[in-house]
Amino acid sequence: MKLVVAIIRPESLSRVLESLFRADVRGLTIHRAHGHGGETENVETYRGTTVKMELSEKVRLEIGVSDHFVEPTVRAIVDAARTGEVGDGKIFVLPVEKVVRIRTGEQDEAAVTPVEESAPV
Amino acid sequence: MLDSADTAWMLVATALVLMMTPALGFFYGGLVRSKNALNTLMMSFAALGFVGLAWALGGYSLVFAPGGSWIGGGSHLLLRGVDLGAKGSIPHLLFMAYQGTFAIVTAALISGAIVERMSFRAYLAFITAWALAVYAPVAHWVWGGGWLAELGALDFAGGTVVHINAAAAALVTAIVVGPRKDHARQAVLPQNVPFTLLGAGLLWLGWFGFNAGSALGANASAALAFTNTMLAPMGTLVVWTLIDLRRTGKATAVGAATAIVVGLVAITPAAGLVGPLPAIAIGVVAAVPSYAALLWRARTRLDDSLDVVAAHGVGGITGAILTGVLASRAWNGTVDGMLYGNPRQLWIQLVATVAAIAWSAGATWSILKLVALFTPLRASRREEGLGLDVSQHGEEAYSHGEGAVLVLTEPESESPALRPAAAPVS
Repeated sequence: MKLVVAIIRPESLSRVLESLFRADVRGLTIHRAHGHGGETENVETYRGTTVKMELSEKVRLEIGVSDHFVEPTVRAIVDAARTGEVGDGKIFVLPVEKVVRIRTGEQDEAAVTPVEESAPV
Repeated sequence: MLDSADTAWMLVATALVLMMTPALGFFYGGLVRSKNALNTLMMSFAALGFVGLAWALGGYSLVFAPGGSWIGGGSHLLLRGVDLGAKGSIPHLLFMAYQGTFAIVTAALISGAIVERMSFRAYLAFITAWALAVYAPVAHWVWGGGWLAELGALDFAGGTVVHINAAAAALVTAIVVGPRKDHARQAVLPQNVPFTLLGAGLLWLGWFGFNAGSALGANASAALAFTNTMLAPMGTLVVWTLIDLRRTGKATAVGAATAIVVGLVAITPAAGLVGPLPAIAIGVVAAVPSYAALLWRARTRLDDSLDVVAAHGVGGITGAILTGVLASRAWNGTVDGMLYGNPRQLWIQLVATVAAIAWSAGATWSILKLVALFTPLRASRREEGLGLDVSQHGEEAYSHGEGAVLVLTEPESESPALRPAAAPVS
């Protein structure tokens, strides 16, 4: 099993979710995050105070998948989140030691396999 | 002859109507996404300055200085001759100020059709030109002694001049500027529904100045308009809520805020011309076509984002027509509508409505094409994705402050020195 962690633009989230669902990736968690990845900073001014925003708003997705699902998952995210400009984000694939589905106690591969066979898209 | 009571009421009414523009900003600002909240509010606030100044320097003269059937004259340009002498029973200067608040809110209404995508500098140029080239002639036709006034069109407080006029412009602007890139692709949810309810509440309060102030005095006509302004939106709110409950089983807050505005729009042309029960009827009836228009619009590619056409256009037309039906000499002392034996009034109301729509749509299109020669009407796709608050204004509505680095400009040198905001001061 792997944990796919993706940092993307917030405005790409809808497209990424749609793309993931099309790829039959059903279980995921998202967080709002702030990060810096080399994109140009926005300059903001409040009265006389000018600030550079070094951190941009991002969305962080965490997706636990079985090994053969890593490639489709990564591809779905890349396809949907790429705009070609600096700041599109990163994807990290991490090894996972153990997964437990709380409802059933299923472990590992069984715990990251969707409950029902998905209907064809 | 100046009258103290009339002057006192009109001073208050002027302030109330001016407040409607920030209130509209909150109504609209709550309905957009948080990354565009400031931009949407600023579209209303900017009208206070740009349209307000255009009004004082030129617009007032074009509407109210003696002129022809189509446009007023130039004798009051730069406020020449607008003094403390009596205009009716109030100071001429106060009359000018009161009418100016109408021009401002009318231009700001259009912004609801193009939120989340229009370039702010193009918007500023557009509303300033629009106030002079579209609002001024239509206001002159109806209130400045122009051809619709001579024809006998009834528009007590601006159903045609303000609402139908703004809605026709909104429709054209939405089409010319084009839909948001996310329109009908992603769910776009309101960022702050309480803002929208706050805005609707303040609009209602301000509308007492708008409608009852249109009597231009503290008199019986103002009392009638005031009461009708209270009663009609109540009717709309009840019917809207019942339709909501019937359709989905849930009475929505955004629906309630919309209903209040629709009721206020519909009663505007009729406010001082119909009795209280007909006013309730206008409010009740107005809910249905506007509700239907909202549902229909959501299924089209037309991105009139905050439904200016459904609320102000459809609501305004409903009000204009029903004014022609329900106006009653027993209440207004001058003119009857169709129901009281004057069917011709309905025809006059239709002529006024069609004329306002035709002029507003055509002239709005021309102004937009002219502005587009100098500056793009739209923000870029990247700016739209990032949000117009940061890209157009360099500010955020809800700033978390993390990662903000203070840019220090030395008094002597132009080069900015950087210092992390969190660095200890030592």
